[in-house]
Amino acid sequence: MTTETQTKPEADARTMTGAEIVIEALREQGVEVMFGYPGGAVLPIYDALYSAKDIRHVLVRHEQGAGHAAEGYARTTGKPGVCLVTSGPGATNMVTPIADAMLDSIPMVVITGQVPTHLIGTDAFQECDTTGITRACSKHNYLVTDVDELAHTIHEAFLIARSGRPGPVVIDIPKDVQFATGIYVGKEGIHKPTYHPRTSPNPDAIAATVDLMLQARRPVFYTGGGVINSGPEASRLLRELQELTGIPVTSTLMGLGAFPASHPDWLGMVGMHGSFEANNAMHDCDLMLCVGARFDDRVTGRVDAFSPTSKKVHIDIDPSSVNKIVRVDIPIISDCAEALAAIIKELKARKAKLQDMSGWKQEIDIWRARQCFAYTNSDEVIKPQHAVERLYELTKDRETYITTEVGQHQMWAAQFYHFEEPHHWMTSGGLGTMGYGLPAAVGVQAAHPNGLVIDIAGEASIQMVMQEFSTAVQHKLPVKVFILNNEWMGMVRQWQELLHGERYSHSYSESLPDFVKLAEALGGHGIRCDNPAELDDKIREMIDHPGPVLFDCCVEKAENCLPMIPSGSAHNEMILGEILGNEIGEAGKKLV
Amino acid sequence: MSDGSAGNAPQGNPKSAYFLSHADEAIERRTLAVMVDNEPGVLARVVGLFSGRGYNIDSLTVAEVDANQHQSRITIVTQGTPHILEQIEAQLLRLVPVGEVIDITKSKRGIERELALVKVAGKGEARVEALRISQIFRANVIDTTNESFIFELTGASDKITQFVDLMRPLGLVEVSRTGVLSIKRGKEKG
Repeated sequence: MTTETQTKPEADARTMTGAEIVIEALREQGVEVMFGYPGGAVLPIYDALYSAKDIRHVLVRHEQGAGHAAEGYARTTGKPGVCLVTSGPGATNMVTPIADAMLDSIPMVVITGQVPTHLIGTDAFQECDTTGITRACSKHNYLVTDVDELAHTIHEAFLIARSGRPGPVVIDIPKDVQFATGIYVGKEGIHKPTYHPRTSPNPDAIAATVDLMLQARRPVFYTGGGVINSGPEASRLLRELQELTGIPVTSTLMGLGAFPASHPDWLGMVGMHGSFEANNAMHDCDLMLCVGARFDDRVTGRVDAFSPTSKKVHIDIDPSSVNKIVRVDIPIISDCAEALAAIIKELKARKAKLQDMSGWKQEIDIWRARQCFAYTNSDEVIKPQHAVERLYELTKDRETYITTEVGQHQMWAAQFYHFEEPHHWMTSGGLGTMGYGLPAAVGVQAAHPNGLVIDIAGEASIQMVMQEFSTAVQHKLPVKVFILNNEWMGMVRQWQELLHGERYSHSYSESLPDFVKLAEALGGHGIRCDNPAELDDKIREMIDHPGPVLFDCCVEKAENCLPMIPSGSAHNEMILGEILGNEIGEAGKKLV
Repeated sequence: MSDGSAGNAPQGNPKSAYFLSHADEAIERRTLAVMVDNEPGVLARVVGLFSGRGYNIDSLTVAEVDANQHQSRITIVTQGTPHILEQIEAQLLRLVPVGEVIDITKSKRGIERELALVKVAGKGEARVEALRISQIFRANVIDTTNESFIFELTGASDKITQFVDLMRPLGLVEVSRTGVLSIKRGKEKG
């Protein structure tokens, strides 16, 4: 195998085995790190990987870990995450990360081994219909039966994974195709005629948007993960446009970091556990500028009461997101960065002034003054909110990356950890996958060896994919797992309190591991803290430890995550202080 | 434009995204021609999209129409509110091998045809009557025994349904239909 750079496609036409084609294509795509687990049907590729010293392979403990690690890597670098797993159980264990990446629009290329072509359909050992199983949860997938199609397919998969609305692409490669000899082709000129995502905005829609902006007295930016996916330029342009207009900004869970949380016009996160000021601003605005968000049900609450008085502009690269949940006045099918750049250009060309927003800002200040995230602190027991606040204060001056699992701790992380830059916050938003955070942290740390990578976790979530702590130890990836341990599946417990008359059915963990001993058993460092007075010192100990750490932060057990928009309620019907148990109507109880 | 949840749920009940009701939007029937790359699994993708997102398929036909370009044409007859139909089109276009979705119904210039094979068995007066009606419908007899006919019939779907209804008292045995095929009038493609 050669590694010299070749420019002409014809010069790239070289003969090699299918397995070598896979490695060469990954190399040409600039893959530096991949996450995987070997098995019978991918052994030829692993054999080719043995001599490919320029591609780092992170061996996980379970294929789901490989998938989430690749997602974490992709989310923090903007490059497709790559995983390599075997057929059958290897592929089925990847289904959760693939579905997760699909809902959160994360670019990912998953290579799965398959039984030899002559055995497909015979119920062979470790055979499953990988393309059939992943069809509905991937952006696209392939079963490659001809080795001469392999290089082309891999390059096309990368193109599809990272362009348009990004997503996971699966390439299923039978073992005999990996052994067969075929022609390698380069990535130059690869295109799929039926695949043509639109990235440039319609100028008329941009002009109409600027018209609305110039009339608006109560505008708000509602930004989402699309701004992050579009790349750092989109975040920069969002800041430039905000600077130009002074319009307040809120964001979905997925979009945190695109706009700096320290900015005076930052409203905090929107949605079910978002801030009082963000939700009220969304409800009362007269112009909603949605940039790369998709009106998810966690954001909108009750749809027929969603922002009743506003005109709505929706910038999204995926036409199917537009008018799916909420009707908008101006759809802009475009990449976020291109649309933002066009709006800035148009706005500057008009030389017109925006309406006075001082009244609107005063109103927002009144909402802000409610201090919706306030909680009663304690000297006796660590409050989970306090734990995240201290973690933020002690890590904010470093290059810190936060991942989370799913549940109360995730929402507290979103509320109390503040992000200044994109690509520093990795969480499972759409699918809500418990177990995402630790492997995602492994992936983030692989991308940033010198960064401080912290998985803010719950004691229940962490147990779902906790074996990946061993991966972190093996690969010297010093991730820190900060467990808010309240012994309950906290969000389940909260909903049972809210909806089911405090009948806590199977949401308490009668038996939990000793996380300190567990960390030691896995070759890492364990820290336990249950005293608020010791919290800062122990967090510093975690930060200063050079290797992976499991931090068992024993917190208040019955704390609820507030504020909250109960199911079936509107943005201006938030629960602020405490849960009484009568907030949700009969119809709301049927919702998730 | 109005809010996406323009529908009315039962009075007094709060609604959310899960209860998006479009009861006041009339259900419409649409014929869509979906132009796809003829690659393995493409039909499964299209059908899976309909079942996975809860859309209806009334009829579906598929065949390769351009062997050189590996292009197939899938004709789908579906039903839904205008909002759902808009989503169906957008979701279809998200599929990588789908190149184009042509809304034949909305174009107002569509021609729709279906082919049916209809087996009728009988003797005496009923048999004569079946043959006589088949002539009115310009059906061809493509197989006959002393006690049966197989008719071949093309036309709009309701014409075929009407024919089948007429054959029922005359000894209808079984029916095989292709589902709707469609194309737009005029010299332009698509």
